[in-house]
Amino acid sequence: MNFDWGYALETLPGLLSGLVITLQATVLGMLVALTLGLLLAVLRHAGGRWIGGAARHFIEFVRSTPLLIQLYFLFYVLPGLGVTLSPLVTGVLALGVHYAAYCAEVYRAGINSVPRGQWEAAASLGYPAGARWRRIILPQAIPPVIPALGNYLIAMFKDTPLLSAITVMEVLQVAKIAGAESFRYLEPLTLVGVMFLVLSLTASRLVRRLEARYGRQARPA
Amino acid sequence: MPRPAHCVPQRWTNKPVSGLIELLPTLLEGLRLTLQITVVAAALGLACAVVAGLAREFAPRPLNWLAATYVEVFRGTSALVQLFWFFFALPLMGINLGAFLTAVLVLGLNTGAYGAEVVRGAIGAVPRGQWEAAASLGYGRAGTLRRVIFPQAALAMVPPTGNLLIELLKNTALVSMITLSDLTFRAQMLRAETLRTVEIFLLVLLLYYLAARLITHGMGRLERHLARGRDHGGSLS
Amino acid sequence: MTSALEFTGVEKRYGELAVLDGFELSVPRGEKLAIIGPSGSGKSTVLRIAMALEGIQRGRVELLGETLWDGAKRPPEKTLRRLRLHAGMVFQHFNLFPHMSALENVCCAPVDVLGVPRAQAQARGRELLEQVGLADKADSAPEQLSGGQKQRVAIARALAMEPAVMLFDEVTSALDPEMVGEVLNVLRDLAARSDMTMLLVTHEMQFAGEIADRIVFMDGGRVVEQGPPEQLLSQPSEPRTQAFLRSVLQPGRQAPAQD
Repeated sequence: MNFDWGYALETLPGLLSGLVITLQATVLGMLVALTLGLLLAVLRHAGGRWIGGAARHFIEFVRSTPLLIQLYFLFYVLPGLGVTLSPLVTGVLALGVHYAAYCAEVYRAGINSVPRGQWEAAASLGYPAGARWRRIILPQAIPPVIPALGNYLIAMFKDTPLLSAITVMEVLQVAKIAGAESFRYLEPLTLVGVMFLVLSLTASRLVRRLEARYGRQARPA
Repeated sequence: MPRPAHCVPQRWTNKPVSGLIELLPTLLEGLRLTLQITVVAAALGLACAVVAGLAREFAPRPLNWLAATYVEVFRGTSALVQLFWFFFALPLMGINLGAFLTAVLVLGLNTGAYGAEVVRGAIGAVPRGQWEAAASLGYGRAGTLRRVIFPQAALAMVPPTGNLLIELLKNTALVSMITLSDLTFRAQMLRAETLRTVEIFLLVLLLYYLAARLITHGMGRLERHLARGRDHGGSLS
Repeated sequence: MTSALEFTGVEKRYGELAVLDGFELSVPRGEKLAIIGPSGSGKSTVLRIAMALEGIQRGRVELLGETLWDGAKRPPEKTLRRLRLHAGMVFQHFNLFPHMSALENVCCAPVDVLGVPRAQAQARGRELLEQVGLADKADSAPEQLSGGQKQRVAIARALAMEPAVMLFDEVTSALDPEMVGEVLNVLRDLAARSDMTMLLVTHEMQFAGEIADRIVFMDGGRVVEQGPPEQLLSQPSEPRTQAFLRSVLQPGRQAPAQD
């Protein structure tokens, strides 16, 4: 069976609209991941024995279990708790929570790389804990880890096809349906593969540029 | 001998407990397949990682490009898309591998692509002086790699390899979407039968978590083992 | 009037290691006090405790008549924060905030912590930078400054909070020799014209003798000897002080013999 360019072209508009959903899920999921991840990282650092320990175990657990199961869990369990969300929102939430655990570890590395002297200088100037994080620690901790966060953005992008398992009409789901209707899977699935390849290679290139920019960080003075 | 009847408390706790135990055999059956796929794919992945990693670093041009393309394609696309492509599209080109082989092949190749970068990074991290020292002793390139570079790089490869294996374990859940009855598939099946969603999925999450801890534990031991060897080398010299 | 700082029977240990052991020190308001002693004698720890960066195991520390540390009990964070406002610290390794310009380093805490309007804080910040001789470096990033310049910014930053007590922790130890002078000049000037209480941990004996009202010699976590500079530096009575001064004043370099 040969690659049918005509058919490929025919499926392209549908796939592109699926790709839009994919990108939406990625961006929204990343916003959740960046925010929740930061919260987890700060709690882990400052939360003391109980809260900090809980954050640490939560991160560990989420990182060691499959996204697909987490996705099913939210999809099937939330309605039972009276929370009805659209599949897309459920998917965004699952992606966000899953990658929040990864982002938390990235932030942690950044936080740990801020020298002790910076904490002490902030304390000696009378900064209260909240302002110490906001004004002194995080502005130093986050820029160096932006490339690493970018890599997780790409990883999350490549995980969005899993949302097809909970009926989200993202690009892979569109391709599968097109294939099932025509019994021609080769063209739509290959196109999906190419889309992912092009987008993630481009994004990797951008991340490398970020690395060049943030790699040589201002050293603590 | 009949036990004294603690009837009331027993009946009270009986239902959920026996309920979990009812679920367990099916899930463990699924876990077995999950682990089988993990192990076979890991073996394939490690082999691909070493070959592609070395090829990218040392092979002459066409081979080197081939390795680079393999790594970029498998790292640049989604594991689920790869799985679907091999399962749905490839048979239409006359290559029908069946679900299990497809799963193992795709997950292995996927892991190998990420692993190639680990191998490359670890080899690149061995100081140049080691190559020069080996060359000065008359080692060729292959000999230097085998006897001098690889043993040193191995220790640095262990932690990222552990992470890769956990990612692989988690990715095996995807095979449930190409009809294989792994742990995730069984969970879905049981959920449809019993509608006991929360218990089933919590149990499944726990099983995956324990499997992941097992990997972490094993890699930790491996790392200590390799590090111990290195310490001896250090103290003798 | 109560004293600026009061250490009574202070014990501080890290695990097994006792850093301060029955440490006693009383610093009247406005005094310029230099603390000298071999490394590991606990000098810096005294400052870090006064700055509320570290607690103690036993004894009592009062800052401006208020209890800062009372035994191993840790006061509520709120109290620590309030008391910290009375003290300012200049660190050996500067600890400038690398993500802020020199001027922002100086005016950030007044804005963030005291709620001073930004314009006012910036005006004051410029004055302080001028006072330390860095008016033209206001917009420089810390990484563009030399070590001596960084340390002068750090001094201005601490001064901006107008603390009653200033703590200088070996502020010239991390500097290249040619930059020590510019920092000492700033301190000299400050000591001469301000009524702030100043505690300086330093290895610059001559400088200590010049600006201090009193010198304290510490060893093994306690005060061994103290007195006015002329007396302590030239006629120390304790053998340990004598040995220490001999070792710093005539180390094995080609400096002319001291006696």
